[in-house]
Amino acid sequence: MTQQAAAHAIEPAETPLTPESWGKLGMWVFLAGDAMSFGMLLAGYAVMRSTSKNWPVPADVLGITLTAIMTFLLICSSVTMVKGLDAIKRGDRNGLVKFLLLTMLGGIIFLGMQAYEWTHLIHEGLGLTQNKWGASLFGTTFFLITGFHGMHVTGGVIYLGAIAWRGSRGIYSANNWNEVEIVGLYWHFVDLVWILVFTFVYLL
Amino acid sequence: MAHGHTPHEIHHVNYMAIFWWLLGLTILEIFAGVARAGPAYPHVLKGFLLVIMALGKAALVALYFMHLRFERRTLGFIALIPLMLSVFIVLMVLPDF
Repeated sequence: MTQQAAAHAIEPAETPLTPESWGKLGMWVFLAGDAMSFGMLLAGYAVMRSTSKNWPVPADVLGITLTAIMTFLLICSSVTMVKGLDAIKRGDRNGLVKFLLLTMLGGIIFLGMQAYEWTHLIHEGLGLTQNKWGASLFGTTFFLITGFHGMHVTGGVIYLGAIAWRGSRGIYSANNWNEVEIVGLYWHFVDLVWILVFTFVYLL
Repeated sequence: MAHGHTPHEIHHVNYMAIFWWLLGLTILEIFAGVARAGPAYPHVLKGFLLVIMALGKAALVALYFMHLRFERRTLGFIALIPLMLSVFIVLMVLPDF
């Protein structure tokens, strides 16, 4: 049997949920697990906060203006991500790379602003085990939740870089953009989680 | 890596419209969140408004940016289950305190 005939004979089965890609299903399952991780962090936060006697009002401690800009930035980066996918679906390789780099830029600026926010708060007296405004768990939960999310953004920027690199080498086309869609799913998830973190940790 | 490709249906989404909705909801959220809770603005109302707006934004991102609106329904359940379990665990743990 020739190599081609052998490859056809063992054509992989389609997944029932995402016929076009096993990788896409794999990413969705990973994101569901990751959502459980964030869900449990936020659920733990909810329980600790609601049973604490001296939990400070977040708006009194945390910089809402700065965080609002960070939220806006991540939303914009989700738009550039989806525009990048749109571009490669039309066969526009340059557009794909441009929008992926813009998405990465959004992520990098977000991380820079978060580093600035953390530095400012640590100088003011908020730490992993200390909080001059009240319950120490406020500091613990704040740094753990935003730090865990920040790690995801960092990983996402690196992941986007790898896909942008592959895009610049002409690997993707109007008939082959599955990997771009998958990185998009991860990035939108990161944005979605931040929407929830911003609401529950900063605003509520 | 073009094996097993099923022809993809083209769904045209107005991504900029979704962006404006997200921006608008974020601005409303900030006003709702920064405003002090008090007799005229009960904590429960503040919480309800913020949660509704956050879930609305999350739904827009999931349905349109992540394309769940055009995927098979079971995939949506995979996405929804962590949210349901997170709420469930809070409700199950709180009575212990």
